[in-house]
Amino acid sequence: MTGGKTLYDKIWDAHVVHEAEDGTCLLYIDRHLVHEVTSPQAFEGLRMAGRTVRAPDKTIAVPDHNVPTTAGRENPENMTEDSRIQMAALDTNARDFGIHYYPVSDVRQGIVHIVGPEQGWTLPGMTVVCGDSHTATHGAFGALAHGIGTSEVEHVLATQTLIQKKSKNMKVEITGKLPPGVTAKDITLSVIGATGTAGGTGHVIEYCGEAIRELSMEGRMTVCNMAIEGGARAGLIAPDEKTFAYVKGRPHAPKGAAWEAALAWWKTLKSDDDAHWDKVVTLKAEDIAPVVTWGTSPEDVLPITGTVPAAESFSGGKVGAAQRSLDYMGLTPGMKLTDIRIDAVFIGSCTNGRIEDLRAAAEVLKGRKLAPGVRGIVVPGSGLVRAQAEEEGLAQVFTDAGFEWRLAGCSMCLGMNPDQLAPEERCASTSNRNFEGRQGYKGRTHLMSPAMAAAAAVTGHLTDVRDLVAETV
Amino acid sequence: MDKFTTLTGIAAPMPLVNIDTDMIIPKQFLKTIKRTGLGVNLFDEMRYDREGNEIADFVLNQPAWRDAEILVAGDNFGCGSSREHAPWALLDFGIRCVISTSFADIFYNNCFKNGILPVVLPQDAIDHLMDDARKGANARITVDLDAQTVTAADGTAFSFDVDPFKKHCLLNGLDDIGLTLEKAAAIDSYEATAAQARPWV
Repeated sequence: MTGGKTLYDKIWDAHVVHEAEDGTCLLYIDRHLVHEVTSPQAFEGLRMAGRTVRAPDKTIAVPDHNVPTTAGRENPENMTEDSRIQMAALDTNARDFGIHYYPVSDVRQGIVHIVGPEQGWTLPGMTVVCGDSHTATHGAFGALAHGIGTSEVEHVLATQTLIQKKSKNMKVEITGKLPPGVTAKDITLSVIGATGTAGGTGHVIEYCGEAIRELSMEGRMTVCNMAIEGGARAGLIAPDEKTFAYVKGRPHAPKGAAWEAALAWWKTLKSDDDAHWDKVVTLKAEDIAPVVTWGTSPEDVLPITGTVPAAESFSGGKVGAAQRSLDYMGLTPGMKLTDIRIDAVFIGSCTNGRIEDLRAAAEVLKGRKLAPGVRGIVVPGSGLVRAQAEEEGLAQVFTDAGFEWRLAGCSMCLGMNPDQLAPEERCASTSNRNFEGRQGYKGRTHLMSPAMAAAAAVTGHLTDVRDLVAETV
Repeated sequence: MDKFTTLTGIAAPMPLVNIDTDMIIPKQFLKTIKRTGLGVNLFDEMRYDREGNEIADFVLNQPAWRDAEILVAGDNFGCGSSREHAPWALLDFGIRCVISTSFADIFYNNCFKNGILPVVLPQDAIDHLMDDARKGANARITVDLDAQTVTAADGTAFSFDVDPFKKHCLLNGLDDIGLTLEKAAAIDSYEATAAQARPWV
């Protein structure tokens, strides 16, 4: 071991409440985000044990997974029964336990991982947890953020701590500058393609390098969001001037003297030059192309210029899994990815439902239409993103192109609400998981960036957005 | 939570790699606000057709594995969503132990909170146990948490690692919230110090 510390080491050290001899730590949690699907059993557990929420002022609830995204949802009669029950449970729990709460009637409601940063709940150097694996998103601020199960949700509610063992340190460096048409989504998918869905298991990833520094905060959130698909416990990016500028002035960000004090600490939050890394992965930005997934694992990533692989091109247990994916996806090895026709387009999710994502998609869609027979929905990540997109004229671009313009929620990313694919319907999706049945029973998902999804929407097949944009230059 | 000490039982072979939590319990079953009753929907989309009929060749539908208490699975079991509904569904079906070369972090932790033991073993051990699993009741597997061994039907024993604290809680069926609350003074003291150091939090 060298004397230097990683960013992860520093945040970890600042949050250890107690360390047992075997290294098991009690870690203090600064922010606990709660949604309607993974919390009801935790609150029920508290009630049964006669316990309270230890730090209600650090606990924030927002419904997102199972909310309808269609108009009129403020009226419970317009929800399916199961949505209504989960919404009512969150409502009761939020009020009974006195935690911060953004119901669907509040313009600030949205996907929990978009609302947290937007409202300034997420700040550099914090520990952030939520009963959702994509909590990794908040790592973009240099916060140690990860998903937990419902038993751990209950543990955090009751104690404001988590029982944890420290993970290993993994550095993912993206050197150089991204080529035109290549985005944060292409970076994060390419990293998973290179390391596999278990490549980060047991590690916390810190993303660094010029291409990461050049990303906006929105792009950094996209990168960290999918750290979980790479198997990592969390993804982190050291905070810098962009982070501070994003945070400043947010409703729950510190102000005045507190801001100056916070800033002084935040500026120390970076890995030391002599820090120890257990694993290092380096990709050159110039080698990253716009990518899509072809299979049913997020590691099934290929540049859009590629062809569908044969199962035999893999080894070990992946051969069988690849064959299963090909059958499920209805694809033939050797076919060009750009020959894959699509039926649906989904733009949204905690991966790509922020304003920059909507701008990128609208840029491609401007003056164009959905290809005949293709349906499209745009689901902004929060009510505030939606309002901003309307103000910027993006909503008009989407509706002119033939997309449905929805209210905020997780929607077709996981298809809990009625926003689902039909069996064998094929979707160009800006979400994060292409698992079997993820977007609907037997539905077929191809993951990609918002610009790539918009390009596919226009042509009706998977498309290299660089070609489409070149046509109009 | 039920204790886990030793278990001798039928293991079901699931060699597929990257079995994700959407496969283990699809999202339509996350609409419950309870922890129980999910066993019937375990692996729902692999186990039933659209009309709700059992798919005959799915392992848990075959007579040999209907009473399986152990799964022997491919790499990276439990990847994906943090949904604790996945171990709830396994437990409700009767699965108390999953053996694989690797697990996704959140799923792995969730198992321990529910009396399920996830065991990590190297590929050659998995291959050996997978052969046993294919024989159903003719090759029962024994898992001993205290000794940290998995013993195949032919007596070959494989040792596994487990975190001492997690082992202690599982062996004794302990509620870890109760254990943490015993450290309330340490939490109070941390909060007081942190409020000075980072008052903006």
